[in-house]
Amino acid sequence: MTGTVYTYAVARPFDPASLAGVRGIDGARIHLVRYRDVVAVLSALPTPGVDEAALRARLETLEELEAVARAHHAVVEAVAARSVALPLRLATLHRGDARVADALRQGYEGFCAGLDRLAGRVELGVKIHGGVRDACTADPGPSTSSPGRDYLRRLHRQRRQREGARERAGAAAREIDAALAELAIDRRHHRPQAPPLCPAGRENVLNAAYLVERRRGEEFIERARALAAHTPGMEVEVTGPWAPYSFVDTPSAPSPAAGHEDGRHT
Amino acid sequence: MERSLLPGTEGPAPNLADILERVLDKGVVIAGDIKINLLDIELLTIRLRLLVTSVDKAREMGINWWEHDPSLSRGAPPALAAENEDLRRRVSALEAAVPRAPR
Repeated sequence: MTGTVYTYAVARPFDPASLAGVRGIDGARIHLVRYRDVVAVLSALPTPGVDEAALRARLETLEELEAVARAHHAVVEAVAARSVALPLRLATLHRGDARVADALRQGYEGFCAGLDRLAGRVELGVKIHGGVRDACTADPGPSTSSPGRDYLRRLHRQRRQREGARERAGAAAREIDAALAELAIDRRHHRPQAPPLCPAGRENVLNAAYLVERRRGEEFIERARALAAHTPGMEVEVTGPWAPYSFVDTPSAPSPAAGHEDGRHT
Repeated sequence: MERSLLPGTEGPAPNLADILERVLDKGVVIAGDIKINLLDIELLTIRLRLLVTSVDKAREMGINWWEHDPSLSRGAPPALAAENEDLRRRVSALEAAVPRAPR
């Protein structure tokens, strides 16, 4: 009888003993399944008889989703620090190690291509926040005898100011994006994050990921900070280095389809 | 306890939105034996993206709507209904106490 296993990543072989201190979902021990020169990194789910409904219900609870996502991420990171890793999408489940080995065999060529492409490279996230909402706290303008009309006029002016600020922020972000892309091998644009996740009064005008040679990582981060310092009103936040989550599929360059929603490309 | 992917760049733990963005939307898809429709989960995270940096942070900020959303948590407490009821009572009491405003 075999239980359900959860796979975190596909990697080049490495010493599994080095993951002895790392725990997966529900605190489970990590083990490897090998096929030729690729390994899958997995752990057994302690709960017997996990099924779709149970797992879905679990992931739909915010606390559980966070716990699973963080555990997933922690294992992927640990693997990426020891070998080249292809992170898997959350919740990849098989009925036993043999089924994972089947999956490795079937996907072998694709895994090898991905691992070769990503070896020695890391993903760096860059979020640019512009002061879009700062722009509209300006003076109320001349008042007339009609408070209602004043109010509408003020709304209108605020909207125009905000649009102007957003345009300027977008243009500045595109410049930073282009400069950073020069240091990167590949780039993806993620959806901008919602205002409550941004620093107060700011909007996320660029949410991008860059695939960078590990040895150039420091340089990239320095560059991002320098660009931020030279662009008034913009805040640049660098996250990572991440395992290359955003770059596991086929390379985007030079196709303009890389962008998520904006399709923007330089 | 651990190393960074880039020596000497140990940052703070990444926030939940940044992690979810990656583990739910990115990463290799392998057809498993048990299929979870992550699209459904994604709908949830689109809502999460609206607010959450982490559960703790959200609570700190007083954001805990999911605790009252039956689709997101089992056995949502009836606190909201009680609060509504209480507010309604207080509005009525205030309305009764204040003479009708002249037009």
